[in-house]
Amino acid sequence: MPILLRCHKGIGPTVAGTALVAADNFSARYDLDRSAGIFSRPTHKLAGQSYADRILVLDTVKGGVATAWMLHEMKARGIVPRALIFNRVNPILAQGAAFGGLTLVDRFEGDVTQIFRSGDELRVDPTAGLVEILNRDS
Amino acid sequence: MRLTDEERAMLAGELGPVRRWAISHQIAVGEFFDAEDLVPVSQAHIMADTESLGEAGVSFLEGLAAAPETERRVRVPAITDPRGIDFAVYRRLGQTAAMAALEQRAIDVLRTFGVLMTDTCINYQTIMAPIRGEHLAYGDTGVVIYSNSVLGARSNFEGGPSALAAALTGRTPRYGYHLDACRRGTRRYRLTATVRDLSEWGALGGIIGEACGSYWEVPVIEGVEAVPDSDALKHFGTALASFGSVALFHMPGITAEEPAFSGSPREVTNIGRAEIEAFLARYAAPDDNVDVVVFTAPQLSLFEIEAVARALDGRRVHPDTTVIVATSPEIKHAADRMGLTSRIEASGAVVAQGICFYQSYAREMAEANGWTRLMTNSAKLVNIIGGYGYRPTLASLERCVDSAVAGRVL
Repeated sequence: MPILLRCHKGIGPTVAGTALVAADNFSARYDLDRSAGIFSRPTHKLAGQSYADRILVLDTVKGGVATAWMLHEMKARGIVPRALIFNRVNPILAQGAAFGGLTLVDRFEGDVTQIFRSGDELRVDPTAGLVEILNRDS
Repeated sequence: MRLTDEERAMLAGELGPVRRWAISHQIAVGEFFDAEDLVPVSQAHIMADTESLGEAGVSFLEGLAAAPETERRVRVPAITDPRGIDFAVYRRLGQTAAMAALEQRAIDVLRTFGVLMTDTCINYQTIMAPIRGEHLAYGDTGVVIYSNSVLGARSNFEGGPSALAAALTGRTPRYGYHLDACRRGTRRYRLTATVRDLSEWGALGGIIGEACGSYWEVPVIEGVEAVPDSDALKHFGTALASFGSVALFHMPGITAEEPAFSGSPREVTNIGRAEIEAFLARYAAPDDNVDVVVFTAPQLSLFEIEAVARALDGRRVHPDTTVIVATSPEIKHAADRMGLTSRIEASGAVVAQGICFYQSYAREMAEANGWTRLMTNSAKLVNIIGGYGYRPTLASLERCVDSAVAGRVL
């Protein structure tokens, strides 16, 4: 039976995809080479890895307001995460997801960077506030 | 969310599709944060540099701007954060005509909404300082944290689309730092060292920001004995916001609000000379060649411009090093009038207006100019710029200038 996790009601459509997880934070400006679609900040735990089409699972959001525009720009070019899962986000990521039409959820019981593993197949339903791990049994 | 009759009319499209987009966006964000209603705001500050917008963002704005003037005009004064291009110097910095063309489109479309192109992240020093209790929709993290903390105003971080939406509706979702409950201290720090210059105020902000690591933490900093000036708290706040995504701090007896704590009093963490030196040491690169020295992030005040001019008087920047000084259009005009710009430029440095380095296609500038090693007195900039491929060093203004003249990190 798939593992079912509850969170706060989120933003965006229901999607399914593969998780990319790190106990680190996020800013589209600080951390990404948006042309190449990879994490470019040398000290980021996902440095060098592609975020395109992955369900990103990270801790929280770093300073900077640029992400609010950048998610929209990334989606327009088709090099963008499929969904975003965080422990708790700041307003910028919520605004960016709302503007860019991306799926975003946060506020779970427990640490999402421990609950989820890279390679997990996830289904994220922001309207219901639910995430399913499809390839692991409870 | 609870909506007024007018807000319901906006949502129904009775005031046109532009305001319907704006309030729909605000409701989506407000519901995510459990806002009960919208609060009227007196100003909006819109971040809209073209590196962030891209073609997609500019095209989106142009789509909104096709509406009739009465349907698209902002309802409260709306001003802009730094842009990506200073048309007077962009070729010298290795930026391209295509970047300048996109920038011009963005400027043209923002003007059609009635946005005032202030192009600054120091509006609280140069345009109009907010008042304690004033609700705002400000869109640069440094602007928000300074306005919330030093001045007692009330704003969340509002990204470009949300700040524009606030300008179009005249309100913003009431959550976060619009609410008393979020403004209480959650962490305590005590400063045990004398902070020597702006780079160290930034380092202090970076240390506390990394420790907080969340938008929802409100640090209280005790032990600040000498009252810092506006530039010191500007660098402290921008670094705190950059490293920690923090939007409000309290310094008892100095900042605007008395820092009541949320829950029981917190343990105090001391920060002294050793912690500041350790933070600076993370960025040390003694004797490395320095490609570019940058004074901005935030844009420089008139006093900072004067300090750069004084440090450069009678000296020449090394031929293999570029020095960039960026400030707001208001301060640039003042610096021109007072002879500060010509004193700085006599050294070979570039004085740009209306931009900030990291908002100006920093990756492309690095590739065009072969820049890697960057030196600055801005802790915010060293935090941001690593992701753009630079190796940054944080040092005092005077050490930055000495290094620019020598062509290597001193």
